[in-house]
Amino acid sequence: MINIEIDGKRIETENGTTVIEAAHKAGISIPHFCYHKKLSIAANCRMCLVQVEKAPKPLPACATPVTEGMKVFTASEQAVKAQKGVMEFLLVNHPLDCPICDQGGECMLQDMSVGYGGGASRYHEEKRTVLSKDIGPLVSAEEMSRCINCTRCVRFGAEIAGQMEMGQAFRGEHAEIMTFVSGTVNSELSGNMIDLCPVGALTSKPFRYKARSWELSRRRSISAHDSLGTSLAVQTKNNHVLRVLPIENEDINECWLSDKDRFAYEGLNSAERLTKPMIKQDGKWQEVEWQVALEYAANGLRHIANGAGAEQIGALATANSTLEELYLLQKLMRGIGSDNVDFRLRQSDFSADDKQQGTPWLGMPIADISRLDSVLIVGSFLRKDHPLLAARIRQAVKKGAQANIIHSVDDDLLMKVANKTIVAPDALVAALSQVAQALDAEKNGKAQTASAGAVAIAKSLSCGGCVAVLLGNFAQQHPQAAQLQALAQQIAALSNGKFGFIGEAANSVGGYLAHATPGTKGLNAASMLATPRKAYVLLNVEAELDTANPQQAIAAMQSADLVIAMSAYKHHATSYADVLLPIAPFTETSGTFVSTEGRVQSFKGAVKPLGEARPAWKVLRVLGNLLKISGFDQDTSEAVRDEALKGVDVAAKLSNTISAIDTNAVSAAGGLQRVSDVPIYATDAVVRRSAPLQATVDAATPQAWLHSEELKKLGVQVGATVKVSQGQGSVSIAAAADDKLPRGVVRVAAGHAATAALGAMFGTITVERA
Amino acid sequence: MSTPIIFNTLHFDQPWTLENYLKVGGYKALRKVLAEKMLPEAIIAEVKASGLRGRGGAGFPTGLKWSFMPRNYQGDKYLVCNSDEGEPGTCKDRDILRYNPHMLIEGMAIAAYTMSVKTGYNYIHGEIFEAYERMEAACEEARKAGYLGQNILGSDFEFDLHNHLGYGAYVCGEETALLESIEGKKGQPRFKPPFPATFGLYGKPTTINNTETFASIPYIINNGGQQFADLGVPNSGGIKLFSVSGHVNNPGNFEVPMGTPFKTLLEMAGGVRGGNKLKAVIPGGSSMPVLPGEIMMDLNMDFDSIQKAGSYLGTGAIIVMDETTCMVKALERLSYFYFEESCGQCTPCREGTGWLYRIVHRIEHGEGRPEDLDLLLDLCNNIAGRTICALGDAAAWPVQGFLKHYRKEFEYHIEHKRCLV
Ligand SMILES: Cc1cc2nc3c(=O)[nH]c(=O)nc-3n(C[C@H](O)[C@H](O)[C@H](O)COP(=O)(O)O)c2cc1C
Ligand code: SF4
Ligand code: SF4
Ligand code: FES
Repeated sequence: MINIEIDGKRIETENGTTVIEAAHKAGISIPHFCYHKKLSIAANCRMCLVQVEKAPKPLPACATPVTEGMKVFTASEQAVKAQKGVMEFLLVNHPLDCPICDQGGECMLQDMSVGYGGGASRYHEEKRTVLSKDIGPLVSAEEMSRCINCTRCVRFGAEIAGQMEMGQAFRGEHAEIMTFVSGTVNSELSGNMIDLCPVGALTSKPFRYKARSWELSRRRSISAHDSLGTSLAVQTKNNHVLRVLPIENEDINECWLSDKDRFAYEGLNSAERLTKPMIKQDGKWQEVEWQVALEYAANGLRHIANGAGAEQIGALATANSTLEELYLLQKLMRGIGSDNVDFRLRQSDFSADDKQQGTPWLGMPIADISRLDSVLIVGSFLRKDHPLLAARIRQAVKKGAQANIIHSVDDDLLMKVANKTIVAPDALVAALSQVAQALDAEKNGKAQTASAGAVAIAKSLSCGGCVAVLLGNFAQQHPQAAQLQALAQQIAALSNGKFGFIGEAANSVGGYLAHATPGTKGLNAASMLATPRKAYVLLNVEAELDTANPQQAIAAMQSADLVIAMSAYKHHATSYADVLLPIAPFTETSGTFVSTEGRVQSFKGAVKPLGEARPAWKVLRVLGNLLKISGFDQDTSEAVRDEALKGVDVAAKLSNTISAIDTNAVSAAGGLQRVSDVPIYATDAVVRRSAPLQATVDAATPQAWLHSEELKKLGVQVGATVKVSQGQGSVSIAAAADDKLPRGVVRVAAGHAATAALGAMFGTITVERA
Repeated sequence: MSTPIIFNTLHFDQPWTLENYLKVGGYKALRKVLAEKMLPEAIIAEVKASGLRGRGGAGFPTGLKWSFMPRNYQGDKYLVCNSDEGEPGTCKDRDILRYNPHMLIEGMAIAAYTMSVKTGYNYIHGEIFEAYERMEAACEEARKAGYLGQNILGSDFEFDLHNHLGYGAYVCGEETALLESIEGKKGQPRFKPPFPATFGLYGKPTTINNTETFASIPYIINNGGQQFADLGVPNSGGIKLFSVSGHVNNPGNFEVPMGTPFKTLLEMAGGVRGGNKLKAVIPGGSSMPVLPGEIMMDLNMDFDSIQKAGSYLGTGAIIVMDETTCMVKALERLSYFYFEESCGQCTPCREGTGWLYRIVHRIEHGEGRPEDLDLLLDLCNNIAGRTICALGDAAAWPVQGFLKHYRKEFEYHIEHKRCLV
């Protein structure tokens, strides 16, 4: 510890901190622009100059380390003269366009110039203009004359996002912030540059000119688009969501937000929104009153339950439905007499269900990821599936942690990867068991017989520090998911580490807690679709996009007598459903998400439901009433939540432990195997309808990716259209080469209309010249 | 004049060859260091005793700088020669590269031995391609003859030197911008601390010296630090290369002892052109404050004398201006240089250098305002000492110097919208 004095205040601070950190800790503010606690020190804006005793000239507080006995004056004559001098320089070339600047009202430069700027300018020369740049659909760089060259955006890219997409080109006064060779900014974290930019140079393109910041009301909310439970603020005006910003939460999202969470809101007011209940009569859709639609639905369900039997009814919900919705859905089903309810729509192996007691989760708090020394990530499109978790691991790797990867694709994670094993999906179990074997040998002094790659991973995991094995979406969706889980458990035990699942969606943990699973009596999501039911209740589900096997799902829907679709959007369900009930997306209802680390977080609606849409929990409650099932008289979503979690010790429920399971690999099928990711902007109904997100590079139409040797074998050129088939369905898409893919696989994304005619996300697939 | 020390091969037809360098006792110092297995401390002691101060502009004592390199550091360390010479008026390092490249190589090899460095870089200004080729040829000769590479002169000392051609940015002469540039990044100065001795090239301990600094080393080793020091005056040891340019009859590089009277140097350069009267002199490279001719005529060329008179010895580049010089025009040209060469990283320099230039430009073009001169001085105060690197100071000092001694000319310009001269 070191003792210093700032403005006469005695402060004890850790060795190695900078003056600005020490001051902030003591509640003394020092003006600054380029400094940001999460970024490296650039010391380029010079706004933070302070006087330091014995120093001949003012020193930048952001870059000056504290030393014992140091005396700092932040507001002395020398300091203020220096600060005002810098402020004057910052303003000379800054346009005077505050009245039309989107940053107005939340601009660091505007705020600071009130305190340090002069009344009139001494600058009578011509102001510099910097040309606008088009850097993509999310971030506007329209007004680059406003840039103060603080390089926060540049450093964010290089340090946090892991790719330096922005840079400062040219020198001196000609210096400009731009992308390389007029490229676009494609990072999945790019929106953070908007928050970081202290001025109105980088602003939100979708939000541009929509409102002044002071006109917005804000509501705390929780991210609905991945499983981290990110804290965010939903900002609204006239009952419209106009902007979403992060709320700082060091344990979860730090101060960041993924572009998905930031810009998904643009999908909320899509023209596809379902705003009135509808029923199909004589093949035609008709808008009806709620009462009519609900009675129609209730009668239909009653009819099937009484006739074909309740087990002929199945309920499917997406994992981003709220805890309350999932709870009432299963309660409704069980009230009718069916245990066929599930929210794990993209899962294909359910054999772990009777071998595990607890609720699968991350296995550790998110914050602990930062403290890992070695991590094995199995089957995860980490960067795109969990952008902020990837950013956290990236920081850990920078501090020396080792990232080890076992997967079927080798996408660039923009971090140093210590070891990786990239194999076809049917070899994933073997690859993992090799690591277990290598660890066993390592630990028990046996001769190593495992592959060199497995031994390297085992060595990394037996470093003796904090170790974790994390199973990603791909591993959870894998047809041998239970075996992967058992092996992960074994590896974690051998390396004294933790193991867990990186939840796919906002309520991947909450769904279990809500009992939205079939238990031992019901059918799981896959079985419900493989052995079609006579009736389905869908909650937020787009059958061909949200399920493990779209072909099968659509067939099941089409053969059903009754499909009740509760949805915020009019979608493909119009072709197979009988009743469409308009429900509220997460911004229009209160609810609860239980994040992948087991954090229970409730939120309120930020705006009123659009049109006649209603919160789904209310819809389900009325359905329960109409079906005369008891226990459907909750007045508030909080009451539903409290009922769902009554007597539940969430922390105690969380467990990934799985009892012994047969770990023999299944025999490999011949031909090409499918590898599928759900692209980042295809994961749920809201993001699929966000126009700006759909305009990004990440939302490009899926292609059939193969190793170029495989393409050669097929006689197919890159870019040529190929016919990709599974089962009875086929699609025509472009062929693309990725030589980092293993041989024998073709990567075709799921969750996208262009590939929805295909079958299972895993398994054999054929590719032919079209 | 005494026999030259750095330009000791100039009498040959091809002064740059190894053969000729050997004829004047070249590589004797390196041989001695290796043969006697001189202790690094002993070498540093000699360099300290020599009073050698950095010839790159800042005049930092070289022996002291060398002693900052961590001794027991495990891993790579680097030695870097700053041949980026871009300061207007300065052209001495270029001639070392062209005419006596082996003396630089020998000096660097001794420095590398002293600081246990195996890899050196010589960063050469982008526009002097010929000098780069000379250096490349010399390094190749040295490698073949066993003065570079592994087992130098049969010892277990190993050192190789790589020449790196820059791209002609003045700011890349600033030592940390230079390191960034070698690393393949944009040449922008780093914030210091940390200094290169702890965090230098690729984050490794690094020592950077000017070309002339290194070239002074062999003499010091051969003759002892004290003898070098005695060539000069107290606090400014040894000899120095002065580049005399501007309004003189015989501009060029002159190697003379430190403390040589300016008057003598001016004579060596053939005196002021056309018998004109001497008006002003910039004594240490274009960034140093200008001094009136009368003052200069009484000064000796060493660190202390020049500093006492209100300027700095800098790189030893002497820019001579005769009575026909318009000081406003001269300052406009200088200010334009610093405006164009700012890297643009930090606010006062990025925004201030352009502002300074535009005001001086206005005055020169008859659009000056009475309040401009005080504004200029105030801006200089807001730039100097407030920036990441010394380019900010370099932009402010000329303005301050010109206004200190020639304010009247500026006022005349503002009032009459034309030159006094
Ligand atoms: C803008 C700027 C340009 C510089 N250019 C040079 C240069 O061209 N050559 C040089 O040796 N030093 C130059 N320097 C000084 C170097 O930063 C450094 O002090 C020097 O190379 C150290 O070597 P020395 O101790 O041998 O003088 C420059 C400094 C600044 C601020
Ligand atoms: S665009 Fe914004 S964040 Fe980037 S350098 Fe300019 S002012 Fe800073
Ligand atoms: S003073 Fe000028 S050259 Fe030096 S870092 Fe700052 S902007 Fe760049
Ligand atoms: S905040 Fe310290 S220099 Fe910018």
